[in-house]
Amino acid sequence: MSLHKTPVVADLSKQTLVTLRTLSESQDANPGNLKNYEKLGGYAQLKRIVTEKVKATDIITEVKTSNLRGRGGAGFPTGLKWSFMPRYFDGTKYLVCNSDEGEPGTFKDRDIIRYNPHQLIEGMAIAAYTLGARVGYNYIHGEIWQDYEIFEEALDEARKAGYLGENLFGTNFCFDLYAVHGYGAYICGEETALIESIEGKKGQPRFKPPFPASYGVFGKPTNVNNTESYASIPWILQHGGQAFQDLGVPNSGGTKLFSVSGHVEKPGNYEVKMGMPFVDLLEMAGGIWHGRTLKAVIPGGPSTAVMPASAILGATMDYEGLSKAGSSLGAGSMIVMDDTTCMVTALKRLSYFFYEESCGQCTPCREGTGWVYRVLKRIVDGEGKMEDLDLLTDISNNISGRTICALGEAAATPVLSFIKHFRPEFEYYIQHGKSMVTGK
Amino acid sequence: MLSQVSLDKIEYELSKYPKENRQAAVMSALRIAQAEQGWLSKETIAYVAEYLGIPAIAALEVATFYNMYDLQPVGKYKITICTNISCMLRGSDEIVDHLQKKLKVGFNEVTEDGQFSLKEGECMGCCGGAPLMHVNNTHMHEFLTPAKVDEILGELK
Repeated sequence: MSLHKTPVVADLSKQTLVTLRTLSESQDANPGNLKNYEKLGGYAQLKRIVTEKVKATDIITEVKTSNLRGRGGAGFPTGLKWSFMPRYFDGTKYLVCNSDEGEPGTFKDRDIIRYNPHQLIEGMAIAAYTLGARVGYNYIHGEIWQDYEIFEEALDEARKAGYLGENLFGTNFCFDLYAVHGYGAYICGEETALIESIEGKKGQPRFKPPFPASYGVFGKPTNVNNTESYASIPWILQHGGQAFQDLGVPNSGGTKLFSVSGHVEKPGNYEVKMGMPFVDLLEMAGGIWHGRTLKAVIPGGPSTAVMPASAILGATMDYEGLSKAGSSLGAGSMIVMDDTTCMVTALKRLSYFFYEESCGQCTPCREGTGWVYRVLKRIVDGEGKMEDLDLLTDISNNISGRTICALGEAAATPVLSFIKHFRPEFEYYIQHGKSMVTGK
Repeated sequence: MLSQVSLDKIEYELSKYPKENRQAAVMSALRIAQAEQGWLSKETIAYVAEYLGIPAIAALEVATFYNMYDLQPVGKYKITICTNISCMLRGSDEIVDHLQKKLKVGFNEVTEDGQFSLKEGECMGCCGGAPLMHVNNTHMHEFLTPAKVDEILGELK
């Protein structure tokens, strides 16, 4: 992996490295190369289950015990998802990895791909063995070409070392894995849009059911998981499902990679135990920059509700902790805003994103996201009316729940939560034609 | 219309999919064609479709749907800058101002000498390094400051 020269910036001392465990090896040049990964026990689990012919049901039980929940944002139990794949099927079954992270504030899968690609490959190969998938695709976000190339090189290494391909370890288990490159469409993070994209089509989500487990890539049974989910699997099989569960808290097993961006001193990825108090995570990220005060946090990417400082300061970073505090964990994409942030301008930018990225298939989303953006733009341009706030709420409520995929809810959530928690700022902007915070 | 090197790259992409699913390679094929020709004309898109044996409209749909394809000529160096929230919070507006003044172009415009064009991008999934931009869809530059932008532009000339 000659390409890989990116220095690691994050402080590792307080992190619990599972999906990024190669970072503990060497931080200077190629932490993710095959030798480093093998030194940590890499590919030993794949070899064990394949050569000892461990039963698929036993592996699924272990994953269920681990309480690993889908790391792409939905939090669906991975073991349960695996049990939906048909055991017997006359033809090729597929395995897909969703590395198409494009929701603002989300950049965790990129670090797995560039710092620990072999753990992802091993996790996918284990899943392929368990689910009987013959072919796999890792769909990688379009803008990270250099990381895509790193992954292609890692695939080459794995093929040459006999971890991918035909008759692995002298058995009849075969698994081919390929990298696929996206080209700039947030919607392809939705699993059925991603499948359409793999097939060479516009990324427009499919109706569900049928779910990918029965009708996925090329119409064949397909299992789709997030990068971080697959990369957790080798650790789970090495240490046991219970050990993974024990790293976290009830209902949220294991570690989580949090992408911290915005107004902190040290933005970056932090892999920590589920259930870590928010304040500890903020401290790891160096606290609020320039000695300023925390105003608000979007804890899991813009599709999760924004939280004012008062709501998040006492929260813990896990599924239940954030849900109790009024938001959700999402993909763990924490966008931090200090007291100089104008929430009206911030929401206007987010609403533009959803307008730009709506695939255009469902009328409420296609028309509604543009409408929301235009109303917010006129408020920021000083031409807002007080009834616009009710209008924004009304449009958002009429997008939510009326679309094929979750982009509708994702677009509505920021509008509803920003207005709910920061209504006086919106009213001020409408009355004075300028921001309450910046005065401009 | 495309060089043998590009056609070989397209063949490599085709090898990832079942033989009967040649359309699956259309996104890569368009990317490869764009890298060789600088942008995608209707003729190039039709050529790619014909090479894959799919209807021209199927390739055009893909080219118009994904925003990293360029359907108009761009500069030798296409600079795409993210202005989404994580970048905005860390000063992407200042970087946009600097780039526009320095290059004397707005978004979706090409400099007079044809060297640079500027595009506003959506989230690139690298927000830990905000503010950031990428060049020609391949090279990511993070932790930008006006001085760092000058340095990068200097190297590109």
